[in-house]
Amino acid sequence: MSSESMTSLQRVLTTLGHQEPDRVPLFLLLSMHGARELGLSIEQYFSKAEYVAEGQMKLRAKYRDDCIYSFFYTPIEVEAWGGEVIYFEDGPPNAGRPIVLDPKQISDLQVPDIHDTACLAKVLKATELLKAEIKDEAPIIGVVVSPFSLPVMQMGFPAYIRLMYENREMFDRLMQLNEDFCVAWANAQLEAGATAICYFDPVSSTTITTRDMYLQTGFKIAQQTIARIKGPTATHMASGNCLPIVDDIAQTGTAVIGTSVMEDLAEMKAACRGKLTVLGNMNAIEMRNWTPAEAEAVVKEAIAKAGPGGGFILSDNHGEIPWQVPDEVLLAISDAVHQWGRYPIGVS
Amino acid sequence: MDIGLKFEQALLSLDRVAAREIVLDGAKSMGAIEFVNEVAVPVLVKIGHGWEEGTYALAQIYMSGSICEEMIDLIMPPADPDRIKQPEMAIVVLEDFHVLGERIVYSVLRASGYELQEFGHGCKVEDVIEKVKQHGTKILLVSVLMLRSALLISDLVKRLREEGLDVKVIVGGAPFRFDHKLWQEVGADAMGMDGMEARDIITKIIGGEA
Repeated sequence: MSSESMTSLQRVLTTLGHQEPDRVPLFLLLSMHGARELGLSIEQYFSKAEYVAEGQMKLRAKYRDDCIYSFFYTPIEVEAWGGEVIYFEDGPPNAGRPIVLDPKQISDLQVPDIHDTACLAKVLKATELLKAEIKDEAPIIGVVVSPFSLPVMQMGFPAYIRLMYENREMFDRLMQLNEDFCVAWANAQLEAGATAICYFDPVSSTTITTRDMYLQTGFKIAQQTIARIKGPTATHMASGNCLPIVDDIAQTGTAVIGTSVMEDLAEMKAACRGKLTVLGNMNAIEMRNWTPAEAEAVVKEAIAKAGPGGGFILSDNHGEIPWQVPDEVLLAISDAVHQWGRYPIGVS
Repeated sequence: MDIGLKFEQALLSLDRVAAREIVLDGAKSMGAIEFVNEVAVPVLVKIGHGWEEGTYALAQIYMSGSICEEMIDLIMPPADPDRIKQPEMAIVVLEDFHVLGERIVYSVLRASGYELQEFGHGCKVEDVIEKVKQHGTKILLVSVLMLRSALLISDLVKRLREEGLDVKVIVGGAPFRFDHKLWQEVGADAMGMDGMEARDIITKIIGGEA
């Protein structure tokens, strides 16, 4: 095909089937940038489902990317469990102090009711509004944090690592609670109109845990959880490495893997070919200082390495573009993928 | 088996009993400071390199550093005169409450014989300035997780200079690993990719061999 003849959804589904669509799909995965489009503070923006729905539609119109991202902010899940969210003027909302200060408290935790939890209900409403607008033109990507990775916010990272190694009974108890929550949260988003769920699982990355530990823990948890999610999933390591466990990840039932800029995209594509679609891996931290020409060069290189044969979606490596990345860079990325991403791929 | 290899295996397998025995025996036969310099530090360097090369994972780095710190405290408690003479040093997490890197650096430094203040987690720039004044800090290690917090270090450096505080600022954390020019952009004196690099930088600052 020499011109754009597909809708975004068709384009994405074709590449997920490891076939070449009309062009490499682009997932910009913008969240808080919608606030800028609406002239709101980040805190105001996330206070109403209507703002996020409007923001996402404006962002897609501006940057011509191939998905709607119904994700609000990472700590929304720990907020549902009773945690604090800290807002900033120029960055993503962050999780406050951990809610589990002693492993014994895990026994008292109760899985939040998705529909009765105001912050989650807001996301579901935004998803419904977006689905009514976008229909089947583009996929809506919902987000869950994996049961294995959520404790980083619930307990703090050091305490969670100690739990993992030293208190398997409480670890298993927490995983069961988190799995039930994760499944209910994912399925509620799918029912609200999300097309697929991005399963963020950075603790499973080989940057954080060994493959042996992953096979005993995060791998099994992902298999069990993903099997209960009633829609397609994409696993994302949020900048963590995963090349040594690609074959394992493919066995969790996921269709996509979000990869780090620390790993070579060509190697990743070769390892994933026919098994997983590669999502990635532009450097989200350096991106804020790119010139438009540098952005174009990065896009061309990524397309050359991972585009041929389909099974590739161009994106950043973290799953969230920083607030500091300017419009001109985002527009340059979009222009470049529209120019150089057409199949058959002409860049090398 | 070589004592270093035994100690490495004990740390990586989280075998506190074996680690304790090796540390106590080593301190008795070699001397505490010699054990730290000739066994503990090289083992931590090796494990740290293992993470950079993808052989070991961060969870192992954290657990082995933490156990090593615990064991070295047995032979070299906080007030021990053998601990390295140094300017006042402190570590802080700017804004975030969920940082692993700061714990790893803290453990590596203490296991290497250094002492340092902990200024805490989730700190604001002005909190840090006050603590620096209060403790007379000369070397400040700043750990961050988010890009926003990393960029905030430029405000911290500016405020330290405005206050006339002579402090070396060493930064670390995920944003610096993904953008190698960022530490210079925020006006830091140095950046450590991991705990051992932070230790090497401090050793150079105070005039020793890295």
